[in-house]
Amino acid sequence: MKRSTGIGKYMRLDRFPTIWCAGCGNGQVVGALLRAIDTLELPQDKVVLVSGIGCSARASGYLDFNTFHTTHGRPVAFATGVKLANPDLHVLVLSGDGDTTAIGGNHFIHAARRNIGIKLFIFNNGIYGMTGGQCSPLTAHACNATTAPNGNMDTPFDICELGKAAGATYVARGATYSPVRLEAMMTDALRHDGFAVIDCVTQCPTYFGRMNKMSSAAEMLQWQKERTITLERTASLPAHAVKDKIITGVFRSERKPEYTALYHNFRQQFGKDKDHV
Amino acid sequence: MFKKEIRFSGSGGQGIILAAVILADAAVQAGFYAVQTQSYGPEARGGASKAEVIFSDQPVDYPKVSTPDIFLALSAEAYAKYCHDLKHNGIIVLEETLLTPHCAADTLKFPVFATARKTGKEITANMVLLGILSSLLIDFLPKALLEQAINERVPSGTTEINLLAFNYGYALS
Amino acid sequence: MIKQRKLMQGNEACVFGALYAGLNFFAGYPITPSTEIAETLARKLPAIGGNFIQMEDEIASIAACIGASLAGAKAMTATSGPGFSLMQENIGYAIMTEIPCVVVNVQRLGPSTGGPTAPAQGDVMQARWGTHGDHEMVVLTPAGVEEVFTLTVKAFNIAETLRTPVILLMDEVIAHLREGASPPEAGELLVVARKEPKESPAEYLPFKPQDDLVPVPASFGTGYRYHVTGLYHDEAGFPTGNPEKIDRLVRRLKHKIILHQEKFLFYEEYLTNDADIILISYGASARSAKAAVNDARAVGISVGLLRLITLWPFPSTAVSRICANASVVITAEMNLGQIYAEVCRVLDSAQRTLSVTHVDGTLIAPQKILAAIKEAAK
Repeated sequence: MKRSTGIGKYMRLDRFPTIWCAGCGNGQVVGALLRAIDTLELPQDKVVLVSGIGCSARASGYLDFNTFHTTHGRPVAFATGVKLANPDLHVLVLSGDGDTTAIGGNHFIHAARRNIGIKLFIFNNGIYGMTGGQCSPLTAHACNATTAPNGNMDTPFDICELGKAAGATYVARGATYSPVRLEAMMTDALRHDGFAVIDCVTQCPTYFGRMNKMSSAAEMLQWQKERTITLERTASLPAHAVKDKIITGVFRSERKPEYTALYHNFRQQFGKDKDHV
Repeated sequence: MFKKEIRFSGSGGQGIILAAVILADAAVQAGFYAVQTQSYGPEARGGASKAEVIFSDQPVDYPKVSTPDIFLALSAEAYAKYCHDLKHNGIIVLEETLLTPHCAADTLKFPVFATARKTGKEITANMVLLGILSSLLIDFLPKALLEQAINERVPSGTTEINLLAFNYGYALS
Repeated sequence: MIKQRKLMQGNEACVFGALYAGLNFFAGYPITPSTEIAETLARKLPAIGGNFIQMEDEIASIAACIGASLAGAKAMTATSGPGFSLMQENIGYAIMTEIPCVVVNVQRLGPSTGGPTAPAQGDVMQARWGTHGDHEMVVLTPAGVEEVFTLTVKAFNIAETLRTPVILLMDEVIAHLREGASPPEAGELLVVARKEPKESPAEYLPFKPQDDLVPVPASFGTGYRYHVTGLYHDEAGFPTGNPEKIDRLVRRLKHKIILHQEKFLFYEEYLTNDADIILISYGASARSAKAAVNDARAVGISVGLLRLITLWPFPSTAVSRICANASVVITAEMNLGQIYAEVCRVLDSAQRTLSVTHVDGTLIAPQKILAAIKEAAK
């Protein structure tokens, strides 16, 4: 397989520098994605990047594709319209954990249920960065946030379990401390014919780090590394060693008819309107 | 100006809206200006509902029936709720088994449900009612146009039984 | 004696009008009294190679329509009050990003769940101001089944011409009304196609206005890669913090509609020429109003009807011109005076105005309006 050489061609360099802070993991997630796109040589004119609102959602503006920066929580719903209207397009959603699992949770599970060929990349930093450090549905229990000053009471979602339960046919989790694995998953996801979701664990040193006693990106990546464990390794470990760990790997990769293809067949089959009106 | 105002009433699921739609369809085919409206509650089955048709040789502005020329009811509840403002010389058509106190003396009572059952399906009561109505309107609306509208508007595969019920109803009055 | 007509329901006429205008994408969520539109399109769209999708809610429905439109489709959604409330944020997004679509709101009695099958016209101001921020809105309201058809076609044409969402504001009576209609033949009405850019991608600016103040954003996938955002943006489509560019954008989004409004400020006059009393009404209320005018004329009262078809932008010039010689102006509507306030705003303050309001969940009756006319004639 071809290995990615240069990804600068996918960037709108005149839009740089980005609004992202030093040490932010969004660039690492985007870098992995662009290398995956390059590996598969997806034509730029046929790639649509849809994003919602939040730090990660700004990624679309920096990248040279058809880019669609929509409203908070709704990128998957906008993407559904794009994909259905033109199934030939590669429709990718770049979204944050607040965007997809709080305000947009419903759209996420319904797109997964339909198995529509949208690829959803969730930049999961466990915090609302754009608005200044509030807790999200993916903020770990007991972690601090501006709206959880004494530690988060809530239990976070597990995106992969949620995606699987909802019917997504490709489900994986990667992390920025291991960008090569993340890129490989993204390549898989882009090749997948159906709804794919990748939980991309990333770091926000400015808000999450500072409020949780980690002042640098390096410390956060170290923390990430200590907390994560690969799916393959869990098999040989006792249950207590896996408890509270973030498991990375591919949780599901299966073939099932994709929604727009199903709809195409449906039209062939029921395309004759027999009703009088 | 020629104008007829018809109000059907019954409970949800009896098909009175369909009966009204078929009447309006036939009236349009006859060259009249016709409007059809309905009023119903949240119940898909049961409750009281009404469906109205006005047909005239002039455009109809206000589309609701104000003073019915003919009022038809298939349920006592609907009768109580919707039988009002009848025109002088207006006609009331009722299913004969309904327990309706204070019923006007000149009310026309028909065995609508019993007649429908003769087709094998009591659900065709709405078509029996339409048949009765057809005979009452025969001077203005050709029976064949109603039959044609039934043919076009009832679910496919049920045309025959609906036409049968319609003709049973027509023969009743 | 009459041109060949067929019995058609208001919601059906909306479907046929939309298909006539080239609709090939519908996303919606069931809600009374608009549901027949979705149900009919679920059968019709696959048959013409179009797309029908039932989304998880109304927010997703309008979002999918906007996405599909950006990918080149002619898109529509249909809803009622509660769903229309949910759509407001994304309607603003379509205004800001200049993505055409048609939103049908079949009004029912509100606020809140109100009355699903109860007629009302309480969403007039919501249609105008439901989404946040300064903006102009195009809102059309039909009073008969055949007009539902033609106005739906016009709604699509305006959306395409001005690159903006257009609201078709129906009410429960018109949506569920069946009456004889003779819809236009193919080719009889103008159908505006999506405009495509002429420049090469290298020199292309997606949000650069043409002489008509309207830009030509390309459909995604056609080789013009650009950025679409709900943030303030420059002509290239990218976010900007430049106050001058921001000001220019917000003003242009309004002015592009004002500039063209004369082409779509529709209204109908009935016996207004010599009328001493002018009645202003719209939608189903206008049918009752017309019946009341006829009844009042029969007893010698000089009254005429101005039926508004375009509610927004408000046809101020026409209203003040037609009412200029009237001594009394009465508005009749199924709300608590939403258009009445607008009428008062545009009229000479010396004129006497009366407001007939109606919010009991039934269609306003001609008698109620007639009583107001008689009162005014005293």
